[in-house]
Amino acid sequence: MKPAAFEYIAPVTVEEALEALGGSGKDARVLGGGQSLVPMMNFRLAQPELLIDLNRISELAGIAIREDGVVRIGAMTRHRTVELSPEIRECLPLLHEAMPYIAHVQIRNRGTIGGSLAHADPAAEWPALCFALDATIVARSSSGSREIPATEFPLGILTTALEPDEIIAEVLFPHQPAGRRYGFQEISRRRGDFALTGVACTLDLNADGVVDASRIAIFGVDDIPLLSAEAVDALTGNTMTDVLAREAGRAAAAAINPRSDLHASSEYRTQLIETLVYRALKQAAGADLLKDVA
Amino acid sequence: MTRLVDIALTVNGKPVTGKVEPRRTLADFLRDDLDMTGTHVGCEHGVCGACTILVNGASMRSCLMFAVQVDGAELNTVEGLAVDGKLTPLQDAFHRHHALQCGFCTPGLLMTAEAFLKENPSPTADEVRDAISGNICRCTGYIPIVEAILDAAEQLKKTDAA
Repeated sequence: MKPAAFEYIAPVTVEEALEALGGSGKDARVLGGGQSLVPMMNFRLAQPELLIDLNRISELAGIAIREDGVVRIGAMTRHRTVELSPEIRECLPLLHEAMPYIAHVQIRNRGTIGGSLAHADPAAEWPALCFALDATIVARSSSGSREIPATEFPLGILTTALEPDEIIAEVLFPHQPAGRRYGFQEISRRRGDFALTGVACTLDLNADGVVDASRIAIFGVDDIPLLSAEAVDALTGNTMTDVLAREAGRAAAAAINPRSDLHASSEYRTQLIETLVYRALKQAAGADLLKDVA
Repeated sequence: MTRLVDIALTVNGKPVTGKVEPRRTLADFLRDDLDMTGTHVGCEHGVCGACTILVNGASMRSCLMFAVQVDGAELNTVEGLAVDGKLTPLQDAFHRHHALQCGFCTPGLLMTAEAFLKENPSPTADEVRDAISGNICRCTGYIPIVEAILDAAEQLKKTDAA
């Protein structure tokens, strides 16, 4: 298998890359870690005329915490860098928890957050994590930059709100209040496979163990991730018990109509979501999951 | 024919140059241009792990990179493990535990395990299984591979202590 021939450039600044992307007049693609695009090129499902490699643009990589607590992750930051970052572990534990689920270590050493978001696979972890944490995606073109809420970024399978002359520059994660809890669960046939379905959640409990707020992101059930308003409604204002976690799982499952494919039927995915929402909430509540009153 | 690009890199400590088409995958560059056929090519879309090598010390799929991208990089391949025919503790453990049958997956597993044991010198069996989950072996059933990597970890600790 050989990719079709292409022209290749590896700019060292974002400006150069954007100029090439917007002004080449060619069918150009940007190359992040290449863990999705290169397989597609090897299969000749993608045959760009011009490949713009972002790997030499150092300003696109890295993790920084702003004074207002917002965590900025550059588009070319590798999954593995996020996984091993002490700052991420401290400020965004949900990401730390979820990173090992992304493929295998060899893929995580190369693949990037920006690449995963721009590829927009329905079963990928990053889009759902950005839904759960209410992230913002910063897109840049030669005419400027704009901020896109993560929930409005994926438009369908492998389709995003990015314009042809735009790249993802960075992803902004809002400050997460101290005491917020997190859960991440997914099921795949084999370790590192794409998820059949998965759940990423945040949970805020008050001192009495009552749910103040939550966000439940579900992926692998539809073309794009979704936030379960039904599960949130079931939780809000109620004491976080095992029974409540199960109710939230049922509420989430009742509201979805997942795809069937050769990996899993719609019915199976629905059952998985019921269980995974329950497990994610239990994981989030931890030792503070109250015993149910008989 | 597209323009050829000059690249210069280090492979197993030795400087190497090449002239490559941009579409030349790194795996094909190693095998067909450098005649280093130790790196195997299986699925060519990043699933099987046979082509795993180290790029600047980190394990990666050489089928999912282009040779033009490693200009200036330091690579390690399976050919760089044994010195003067003397197997490394990891290779020796694979040998003793019969951690290979057909051998197709072995170079990728060795390079994956090399990088893994540097990061985690005292792994549990579960951690080993997780580390090699991106390398498919169709012969062994993985049990001897896991045993070999755990054994190699012990041997390496003894060597380090000595």
